[in-house]
Amino acid sequence: MCGTCGCGDEAAVHVEGDGEHVHVQADGTVVRHRHDPIADDQHEHLLPDGRVVRHSHPGGREPHLAHGVFTGHEHPAEHHHGLSDSEVRRIAVEQDVMARNDRAADLNRTRFAVEGCFVLNLMSGPGAGKTTLLVRTLDALKGRGKKLAVIEGDQQTSLDADRIRATGVPAVQVNTGKGCHLDAEMVMRALAKLPPPTGGQLYIENVGNLVCPAGFDLGEAKRAVVVSVTEGEDKPLKYPDMFAKADVVLVNKVDLVQALGFDLATLKANVRRVNPKAEVLDVSARTGEGFDRWIAWLDAAATQLASPAAAARVEATAG
Amino acid sequence: MHEVALAQSIVEIVREQARRDHVRSVKAVHLRIGALANVEPEALSFGFDAAAKGTLVEGAALAIERTPGAAFCGACGKDVAVESRLDLCPSCGSAQLLITGGEELRVTELEVT
Repeated sequence: MCGTCGCGDEAAVHVEGDGEHVHVQADGTVVRHRHDPIADDQHEHLLPDGRVVRHSHPGGREPHLAHGVFTGHEHPAEHHHGLSDSEVRRIAVEQDVMARNDRAADLNRTRFAVEGCFVLNLMSGPGAGKTTLLVRTLDALKGRGKKLAVIEGDQQTSLDADRIRATGVPAVQVNTGKGCHLDAEMVMRALAKLPPPTGGQLYIENVGNLVCPAGFDLGEAKRAVVVSVTEGEDKPLKYPDMFAKADVVLVNKVDLVQALGFDLATLKANVRRVNPKAEVLDVSARTGEGFDRWIAWLDAAATQLASPAAAARVEATAG
Repeated sequence: MHEVALAQSIVEIVREQARRDHVRSVKAVHLRIGALANVEPEALSFGFDAAAKGTLVEGAALAIERTPGAAFCGACGKDVAVESRLDLCPSCGSAQLLITGGEELRVTELEVT
């Protein structure tokens, strides 16, 4: 039942301000309506600021508090919004909780575009082999004269950044402390220490976690999710938010498929179930299997970014 | 538990609004959370109480309105309601669903004195 007006559908959204509201029915049909003002026994309040609001209650015209701001919803006759203080007023806010992160991500994205730097956000659960995969990827790329940089996210230690620096690629470690993900501001701060290489590539290794990093745009061009065959075929179904936003899914440790009796086809079907568009690549960061295709995917993604059409798009957004 | 970070952002948004409107104390914070927003309301409430401590938001109630997920089906061309990212199209059974709604996380309204 609609909590707003009792007119029979759980999935109801109300449009603030005019009593009109929307129901999404089980078959997806969207119904927008108002209730009959006479049958609903509507009545008016004169607000302190002179505005008149008209609304209704199941309890009819019995005395009740006027509302500071009329929001278009109904109340039982006895209602104080859980408050007895008549000074309570309502302030409309309508702010996206992610807005601050998204603004920072946009600033990062603009900076990357200006520098012509391709940025990949690399995510996985702990132990899927992100760092090993990244080290091998950097080894393959640096031999071709690419300018590279890495931001490493972990709750504690600089062990991963140390592993990256051992390859000769500059890296900065971000320790999130109790934080379970990188956000765009952390990346912005990291960029103050390690600027994005002009015309090069920046790899951001997120905190090992299949849940939290999914919701935070860092300003990256592409998102890669690593899942290893030691984890189980059902990971995409258990963590759909993470897989739904991936541009590429790397199935790592494929050299162990035989030994583990892992069902690659089921894993891939599960990826497609939550994300029909993502590229799925089999790799082994240990043996190098599948790296030709992975590096080719990166080349294509970086080239796409550097195309004049992409540059124009970024300019329009930054505008 | 990215809900802790989200709760901190919510408290920040509320405090900023409260400063602008010369608010003495915040009694309730209204949120709208989509069914596909990747947010656990219980964890968010817990994080909110912790983040609000020592501010004028401390003790405020959290009123959460859930909104349904919505998707466009690439196979049958219908706009449909979905409850999770794993849903198949309720109309034709296809998995070719493009999520079009229900990912929002918004502060909608405050009750203040």
